[in-house]
Amino acid sequence: MINKNPIVRIVILALILIAAGWAVYQSAIKDKQTIEEGTAAPNFMLPLLGGGSMQLENLRGQGVVLNFWGTWCDPCRKEMPALDQVHNKYKDRDVQVLAVNIGESDVTVSRFVEQYQLSFPVLMDKQSEITALYEIGPIPTTFFIDGEGVVRRIVIGGPMSEQTIEQYIQEILPE
Amino acid sequence: MIAISSNLLMLAFVLYLVSFIAFVMAVTGKKWSNRDPKEHSERWGRIGFYLTAAGFLSQLGFLVLRWIAGGHSPTSNMFEFMAFLSFAIILAFIILFLIYRLPALGMFSLPVGIIMIAYASVFPKDVQPLIPALQSYWLYIHVTTAALGEGVFAVGFAAGLMYLIRVTDQSQKQRKPWWKRGTTWLEFSISVVLMLVGFILMVTIFSAIGYEVVYEVTNETGMTSEVTYTLPSIAAPYNGERITDEGFGPFITTPGWMKGVDPGRKFNTMLWSVISGVILYWLLRLVVRKRLAAVAQPWLRDIDPAVIDEISYRSIAIGFPIFTLGALIFAMIWAAEAWGRFWGWDPKEVWALITWLFYSAYLHFRLSRGWHGSKSAWMAVIGFVVVVFTLVFVNLVIAGLHSYAGV
Amino acid sequence: MTTVDDIKCECGHTNPVGTLLCEACGNPLQKEDGEEFPDMRYDGVSRRSQTFSRTIVDKIWNFFSSVRVAIILIIIVLLASIIGTIFPQEMYISGPAEQVYPEKYGIAGEIYYKLGFHNLYTSWWYITLLLMIGTSLVICSLDRVVPLYRALKKLPVKRHLSFMKGQKVYTSVSLSQDKEPVLDQLQRSLSKKGFRVVREGYSLVGEKGRFSRWGPYINHIGLILVIVAVLMRLIPGFYLDEFVWVKEGETRKVTGTEYYVKNVEFKEEYYDPEDVPEGVDVEGRVVKNYQTDAILYENRAADTPGAPPDLVEVHRDQIRVNHPLKYKDLLLYQSGRRLNEVTALNIDLIHLEREEVIGPFTLDLYHPESEIKVSEDTTVRVLEYFTDFEWTEDNEPRSKSPDPNNPAFVVSVISPETPAGERSWIFLGSTLSSPDGEPVYGFAFTKPEIADVTGLMVRKEKSLPFIYFGSGVVMLGLVMGFYWQHRRIWINFEGEEIQIAAHTNKNWYGLRREVQQILQSIDVERSIEQLSKGGK
Repeated sequence: MINKNPIVRIVILALILIAAGWAVYQSAIKDKQTIEEGTAAPNFMLPLLGGGSMQLENLRGQGVVLNFWGTWCDPCRKEMPALDQVHNKYKDRDVQVLAVNIGESDVTVSRFVEQYQLSFPVLMDKQSEITALYEIGPIPTTFFIDGEGVVRRIVIGGPMSEQTIEQYIQEILPE
Repeated sequence: MIAISSNLLMLAFVLYLVSFIAFVMAVTGKKWSNRDPKEHSERWGRIGFYLTAAGFLSQLGFLVLRWIAGGHSPTSNMFEFMAFLSFAIILAFIILFLIYRLPALGMFSLPVGIIMIAYASVFPKDVQPLIPALQSYWLYIHVTTAALGEGVFAVGFAAGLMYLIRVTDQSQKQRKPWWKRGTTWLEFSISVVLMLVGFILMVTIFSAIGYEVVYEVTNETGMTSEVTYTLPSIAAPYNGERITDEGFGPFITTPGWMKGVDPGRKFNTMLWSVISGVILYWLLRLVVRKRLAAVAQPWLRDIDPAVIDEISYRSIAIGFPIFTLGALIFAMIWAAEAWGRFWGWDPKEVWALITWLFYSAYLHFRLSRGWHGSKSAWMAVIGFVVVVFTLVFVNLVIAGLHSYAGV
Repeated sequence: MTTVDDIKCECGHTNPVGTLLCEACGNPLQKEDGEEFPDMRYDGVSRRSQTFSRTIVDKIWNFFSSVRVAIILIIIVLLASIIGTIFPQEMYISGPAEQVYPEKYGIAGEIYYKLGFHNLYTSWWYITLLLMIGTSLVICSLDRVVPLYRALKKLPVKRHLSFMKGQKVYTSVSLSQDKEPVLDQLQRSLSKKGFRVVREGYSLVGEKGRFSRWGPYINHIGLILVIVAVLMRLIPGFYLDEFVWVKEGETRKVTGTEYYVKNVEFKEEYYDPEDVPEGVDVEGRVVKNYQTDAILYENRAADTPGAPPDLVEVHRDQIRVNHPLKYKDLLLYQSGRRLNEVTALNIDLIHLEREEVIGPFTLDLYHPESEIKVSEDTTVRVLEYFTDFEWTEDNEPRSKSPDPNNPAFVVSVISPETPAGERSWIFLGSTLSSPDGEPVYGFAFTKPEIADVTGLMVRKEKSLPFIYFGSGVVMLGLVMGFYWQHRRIWINFEGEEIQIAAHTNKNWYGLRREVQQILQSIDVERSIEQLSKGGK
């Protein structure tokens, strides 16, 4: 009456092995990033500094340079002029630079924008909601998103030079 | 009311001591002249049991009155917990005595309970109001259940020790190196118990004469605080300076990695326990002029070792489900309620798991691998050492979430 | 695939290969001369892992079905767990691990860190060990539960003499009385002790507590359920662990969820020495309660992150320690506080020469207005706001974080007297006028706006009910297995002799006492010692 057929045991062992392998794998990868190069950029909506609001989805068809920053962050400050240059150069070629400020007050940010004479739109992420959504660790972090809404490149840290930014923009430039 | 309850605990302590003596009479007095050994043993065993039961009721009175007076179950600090643990040990002993009717079990179990009460009395006895973290009915459920399980393990320990004393070969001609001899480790176990006794003696003596040394301690952030030693200081606190003029020491400094509340004082206390225990052991040995276990062995000669073996196993078999429920399952439920996670690898949690794993290894060895007798008895002894380590030393050396329990 | 012949016993029963004791009569089948009586553990029924070990599957199966391996795994996990408590784990230290361990614990700490013991319990090898124990639980149970079922399913009444004599408890008595009344009496005493008795000719068997034999398997199934439930936490969405700080009066998004929470009020209460029972010590101040009165909102506009929320109140609760807010899967725990945080500065604008208060104005530290009208013709303009002010190396003012730890404002007072604006610095408690010329305006601080900030831990733990259920099964199995015993007593008349044998899975003393009492019912005295020797 003993089951001499090994198939049952093979199935049991295989099931255990798969479950165990999956569990070890899951626990071994510590920081699970859901937004990577090649994945769709999650949609969001944020108020603009100075009034109005903007939704990422509405920029379909355009390349988007999405920069997360704060005035307290030195590399972010240093990167701003380059971003502004690039913005002015590409705004007529369907590439939009967006700077998401993380959790600062309007006064702080608007003085900063005035001081640096920035012309691109600045989005105010007061509750750091979008910062969390995009899994931002160190700043600046910049996402290069193509016209289809797909993240093509993620640059963590900075400052990037104008050339670097331009080089990456080539990857998201609409035809 | 608190005063009455404290007196009841004192009464219980005395009754346990007396019943311990009765059990000793029952075990050792059999060979006294013109007595029927069986009748003698039964009679004194009965007396011992009734005295234990009276002490138990008195201790129950202590718990109930203290609960009523304090407005919460008396399991919220180290004094209360240790007192409850001794209550659990006595309860476990009563149950196992009713099953096996072995006076010798009383002779070995009662001292464990007595030591726990004495150890409890070393801690501050004030009734404190509950801090928010302890305001939960799980305080009663988790702590009492875990303590009950540990209490039954304590009887398993007592029976294990008894078994080892009964069967270990005490003949002088042993060819094995000292570390392989059963006698060495048995004497070591006995001296560890004596360290606890020594510790209690030290604290009692020095608190009776009102001894005090005060240190000023600077912590990592540069803040200073005063630490009062009630024992002469062998070890100064880490970054501490003595501010009382007279007194003795320090000779060494407490290592900086020791954690918890006043690690220096606790380390000093530990040193005193070890030293006094060793002195006590050698004094006794000087008096009897042979191994302590060899003295006790003849008393147990007419007891079937298989019965002691079964008592030890039975205690652990009874204690294991209770311990699982109290120290792991109820602990998980409370942790989920209070801290938002049912398991967090806090040192105390890990040590509860280690205790549980140890006893499950014991059970597997015994039930599946046929480990009976000495091996099994050694595991029962070590198991309770792990329990005591979890209860006492984890708080001393390792800081964790449980550190508010008073140590 | 195997063609080993089944084994035939002398009683005529055919047993499967691997059987040690005949399933019908109990006679040892493979017993050589002088060998011990076989282990009674599964009544000698054939066990998968003890029989075949040919293919790799067999080998893996046999590895995990071994209790020896299981014990070794338990001991390895035990030792590893001890190592993990030598120094605190990374989650219980503050600061970067690579610095903290060597600095605090010296060379040992450095080695500890280098070996990865600072994250021991989440390391791949520790988890692998736990999973191996899980695998062992599954396979051990499967390997044993089938033969145990086979062994316990049938209860043959008459057993072979060598089986009887092989038991740990065995005795025989010569009786010259009638057999029937003696058997009747034995049957009655067995029934009275709760045994289920089967009688066949001149043989009796009594059994009780058979269900306790299932205890270990139920307990192990419970453990498997717990492990599976814990693994379920790895499924996205089953488990959430976040933290939010909420000021009094503020409504904040609950990170990782579609909810918002409002901190209506935070309370920190102390025991009143008048209120506690006599003899209770409240020396110093003992905290009685930490509490956040909270309102939970659901955001109906959660589909577009960042969009202006459309909040609907769904729940209100008082969050206290040991009393989390529970709404559906969401749990909010009281687990932090920052008391009396300054949220806004209240300042009187003063005309220095006239020694006259022009009017009060407020500088909010979180959302300052850029223009504040102080009186009919006087306005304060906020030119700059540094939340966490410091001077850089090149003497530039800047903020080192977005948190208002050290707020600094640059304001300009515009009035008919100072149409171009008079600039001043305003810090937390001090001001600094511009160096050129005598200042016209000064500032006087009044009581600032303060609020308590509550720290709420955000949790979702969907696997919890499964873990509790698994734990319940574990307890059921433990209680069944440890608080009851399976006892069987065989009685057999052979000529003038009564043979009595008994077996239990534990607590032999109790079994011997029962046998002793049953024998007393037919006026036979046997001491416990006599019953301890078995049939040898």
